Amino acid sequence: MADILQIKNLSKRYAKTVAVDDISFNVKQGQCFGLLGPNGAGKTTTIEMMEGILPPSSGEILFEGKPIDKNYYQRVGIQFQHTAIQDFLTVKETLSMFANFYKQSLSSAQLIEMCALQEIVDRDTRKLSGGQRQRLLLALAMLNDPKIIFLDEPTTGLDPQSRRNFWQLIDNIKRQNKTVLLTTHYMDEAESLCDEIVIMDTGKIIQRGTPNTLLKDHFDGVLVTLPISIEPKLKSMQLDYLRNNQVVEIMSANVDQTIRTLLENEVPLEGMQVRSPNLEDLFIKLTGHQLRG
Amino acid sequence: MNKFFAILNARNKEFLRDRAALAWNFVFPVLLIFGFSFMFNDDARSLHKVGVLHTSLTNIESIDNPFLQLKHFQFVSYNDESEAVLKVDQHKIDLLVDFNNKRYWVNETSARGYIVETLLTNYFPNFDRSQTSGRAIRYVDWVMPGILGMNMMFSCLFGVGYVIVRYRKNGVLKRFQATPLTAFEFLSAQIVSRLIIVMLVTSIVFFGSHLLLDFYILGSLFNLLIVGMLGASSMIAMSLLIASKSASEEFAGGLLNFLSWPMMLLSGVWFSLEGAPEVVKSIAQIFPLTHMLDAARAIMTDGVGLAAVSGHLIVLAIMTIVFLAASSWMFSWGNNRT
Repeated sequence: MADILQIKNLSKRYAKTVAVDDISFNVKQGQCFGLLGPNGAGKTTTIEMMEGILPPSSGEILFEGKPIDKNYYQRVGIQFQHTAIQDFLTVKETLSMFANFYKQSLSSAQLIEMCALQEIVDRDTRKLSGGQRQRLLLALAMLNDPKIIFLDEPTTGLDPQSRRNFWQLIDNIKRQNKTVLLTTHYMDEAESLCDEIVIMDTGKIIQRGTPNTLLKDHFDGVLVTLPISIEPKLKSMQLDYLRNNQVVEIMSANVDQTIRTLLENEVPLEGMQVRSPNLEDLFIKLTGHQLRG
Repeated sequence: MNKFFAILNARNKEFLRDRAALAWNFVFPVLLIFGFSFMFNDDARSLHKVGVLHTSLTNIESIDNPFLQLKHFQFVSYNDESEAVLKVDQHKIDLLVDFNNKRYWVNETSARGYIVETLLTNYFPNFDRSQTSGRAIRYVDWVMPGILGMNMMFSCLFGVGYVIVRYRKNGVLKRFQATPLTAFEFLSAQIVSRLIIVMLVTSIVFFGSHLLLDFYILGSLFNLLIVGMLGASSMIAMSLLIASKSASEEFAGGLLNFLSWPMMLLSGVWFSLEGAPEVVKSIAQIFPLTHMLDAARAIMTDGVGLAAVSGHLIVLAIMTIVFLAASSWMFSWGNNRT
């Protein structure tokens, strides 16, 4: 697959901080690419430079091998993290206003169908719920039938039901062979949607790959989780473990063996859980801090 | 052009659907105009004013006649006959007399003119009489262009500047930036939208109150429209300049108030600057509202054509172009951190 976007040595420096520090990566045509990281990691700064909204301090962004020009916006779709839409317009009027900005656009009917807007077409945009609003913003981003669509934390602040509905919409978009670039701090979102991810922390890329290979590379087996009250015991056993909120997690390649060792040392197993590691665990392991802190 | 009309259409809808703001645009000027017409409905001038044509005031003193020694009479000297006669028409002076040519002008509808005429003919029985019949200019006739102009100013400054700053703050502009829409298309649609709105609101208030208060309009309405459009354009452009960068409504609001208050006080909205110190008069010249009101009043009460107010029109046109150029050069879509 060809690279639709190439990011070369991209940096963004402000007077006192370096928001993005010399990062490089490529995004392949047709894949869903995730930028992950905690708040303040530089995800939004990175995606806004890729969108052409924010000028980089140094480095280069190539779209289909060429630098971004003013024609770029005819070909890409963008959904920002915080966007207001003009007041006193209905959903349908907002769609038709934006449709006039493009040389080519999908029909209102197609967009309404694609983004499940049927019930709210005549509603004032001020009266939309969080989920409805994000669906309208997604429709605006999809309006010009773009080759690549940028989504900056599209499900932040949505309830679990709305989040899952939104994932379904993105899944449908992926099936049309569109490239999706997504930032998120929800690891489950990245696992469910992304073909490839980049994990950022303090402006740098600390890990990249597919969610599965990253997990395989960093975790050998499953996690055995126990209440934090047994921590003193574990210390005396000299067993490797991770602290995560109110639990301790033991990495285990052989669950039988681990449980036997615990029993031999008279560790109470009440409240024990065994689960597969996820990206959240990976992130804690890589950075030593939690994603949402 | 599609992009321009899409924004224009959306902005017009937003204005029309914001019922509270829409109502205020009409209620505010109407309340003021009617308020003033009731507050200042009688002429409380205590002096009798007599215009003297072609004779300077020092020469008047040399005329030996008791008429010129009458108490509570004020004499004003004029050199231009048509200007002076217009003052009689408008009841600004009670009578005009030309001692050299032995004639006088009096307004037959003026009660004060009748008294002054009776006294004059008593002392100068063989002067020729000319009669005019113009209606008195009430304070409301004079203040009405000021109130409408002030309303236009508020609508232009706040209706454009404040809205753009709000759009920038909440990210509406950023969303537009991420489309093929250009800054020029966006800004020109904002200007045209506001120009249509301001001219429509002003015309409705103008004709509505004219119907009830019968304003003094000597000049052509078309010329008045041109003055209004140019004045509104210059104030919209001024507002765009203020709103070209800031994303803080407090800052922009402060700046807009900082501009609108001096204009309200110094541009001759409420009172004439004729007797004001020269410094104040020259400061007032930097405000577009001053030029718009001076031109509008000259057309309405003196009945002049566009040529006579061309100076004001040129200033307004230059202001419009300079403000527009500066604001499109400085315009920023987003609140980019630096």
